[in-house]
Amino acid sequence: MSGLPPRLAALLSLLAGDPQADRAVPPTGFTATLTLLTAAAMTFLAVFALALSLATGRLADRWADELANTATLRISAPAEQMAAQTRTALEVLGQTPGIASARPLEDAEEAALLEPWFGPGLPLDALPIPRLIEITETGEGYDAAGLRARLQAEVPGAMLDDHTRWREPLVAAAGRVRLLGWTALLLIAGSMAAMITLAAQSALAANAQVIRVLRLIGARDTYIARAFVRRFTLRTLMGAAIGMVLGALALVLLPDAGDAGGFLTGLGPQGAEWLWLPLLPLLAAATAFAATRAAALRTLERQA
Amino acid sequence: MKPGDTFGIRTRQQTKGLAVIELSEVAYSYGGGALFSSLSLALAPGSFHFLTGPSGSGKTTLMKLLYADLRPTSGEAWLFDQPVSAMGREEVTLARRRIGVVHQDVAFLDHLSLAENIGLPLTVSGRGAEAAQYVPDLLAWVGLSHRAEARPPELSGGERQRAALARAVIGAPDVVLADEPTGNVDWAMSQRLLTLLIELNRMGTAVLVATHDLNLIRQSKAQGVVARTLRLKEGQLMAAGAEL
Ligand SMILES: Nc1ncnc2c1ncn2[C@@H]1O[C@H](COP(=O)(O)OP(=O)(O)OP(=O)(O)O)[C@@H](O)[C@H]1O
Ligand SMILES: [Mg+2]
Repeated sequence: MSGLPPRLAALLSLLAGDPQADRAVPPTGFTATLTLLTAAAMTFLAVFALALSLATGRLADRWADELANTATLRISAPAEQMAAQTRTALEVLGQTPGIASARPLEDAEEAALLEPWFGPGLPLDALPIPRLIEITETGEGYDAAGLRARLQAEVPGAMLDDHTRWREPLVAAAGRVRLLGWTALLLIAGSMAAMITLAAQSALAANAQVIRVLRLIGARDTYIARAFVRRFTLRTLMGAAIGMVLGALALVLLPDAGDAGGFLTGLGPQGAEWLWLPLLPLLAAATAFAATRAAALRTLERQA
Repeated sequence: MKPGDTFGIRTRQQTKGLAVIELSEVAYSYGGGALFSSLSLALAPGSFHFLTGPSGSGKTTLMKLLYADLRPTSGEAWLFDQPVSAMGREEVTLARRRIGVVHQDVAFLDHLSLAENIGLPLTVSGRGAEAAQYVPDLLAWVGLSHRAEARPPELSGGERQRAALARAVIGAPDVVLADEPTGNVDWAMSQRLLTLLIELNRMGTAVLVATHDLNLIRQSKAQGVVARTLRLKEGQLMAAGAEL
């Protein structure tokens, strides 16, 4: 355990430690059950907050990827002007800051794009097919409005299609939802700490006489506190594990609506993301450990 | 008089290092009038004291001052040559491990068995393994082997007192303070408990027993103990004499 941070090592040794240690304090049936239920409920909620954060994060990343690199310039012009306009357009694009590269598609590529609609063997030369220029942006992106104005003046047949740009506000919204998810997780952790603190305090108050006897026979504060801390940490760990399993089951059992459901059915964690879930009970136990320990030492200080 | 076996006669300078517990010109009041205004008492290592006095004279209060459950309103209490006024809770706790106390209102942990309760002073100081070794012998000595698994509320008053004495001595303390340890037990059993205290005393433990039972004091003399009997009355400690 040498590589662990001291707090975590203390937590683990407490959990693994002498099971007789907390016998010194009588069973706290009611508060123990409350702690278990609270931990289960809170972790159940936390599973969804986490799943929401992960899913929106995934969505935002995918949309952001699609946003990058993808704009198309379409030039529709009479055949005799096509070459000139294409050249001018490439010049304009080359001078526009934020554009990494611009490349006219080959005839063969265009044919491949159109094939699903018109079938193979399309005579490109004979048809007034627009010329397509693939634009690759730099990370910062370019000023779409400015580019449009310039193109309108210099390349009358040009039409800038930044077709994924409408998703930009969606990416921002997804980022915001992800933030909300993390905030919800923090709030859940905070509420759980508060409830466990209250439960621990009530258990300590109910055992004032026991604490007095223990003190008279030479028990130190840390010994007395450990009995309470161990109990509440274990209860929380157990409750949180139950809540996590139930939450995970609920995610697994979400009805599969295929692609039509999109975001809704994509809520469940994917692949390695499932590994986040077992962290929830551990975090819950760590929260209970810190909360109970603080409450116990504070109360013992006061009862002196 | 044995060296250091004093009460209010010598000054602190003269007794330093000679007493395991000492009260020096201690005053105490529960809020109303002063119960004690200037009380001095030194318990030397290996000394044996009886403490008598009318009900309400302050014997239990005096004992609580001796194990720092109460702190003097003025004057100083010394535990193992440390001034209590300068000791934090943690230090008092550690000092208490060297003091075995039989409380007048015996308090046990009701959710533990009698055997566990008796071993508790060892358990809480990380010596739980020793408890398994000593508890059966002590239970046998105080005649409670058959009640080892009983919960404290199921015991009679006398049984609880015997258990309290067993718990007080299990850690082989330097001092035993016993408040009415034989109040509820028959004569044969109180002699047995006294013998336990006398044996501990012969091994060097300082003993102080608060009691109304003059027969117990006479019995200790019969067993060859050099015990000093103090009488607490109207806030003053005096050597008891004639009535014994
Ligand atoms: N917690 C308390 N608050 C206020 N007064 C108290 C408290 N404890 C004891 N007293 C008072 O202090 C006085 C001494 O009490 P203490 O218990 O020390 O007497 P005692 O000599 O042990 O009596 P007994 O022989 O009956 O056990 C009594 O008058 C008692 O009423
Ligand atoms: Mg008393």
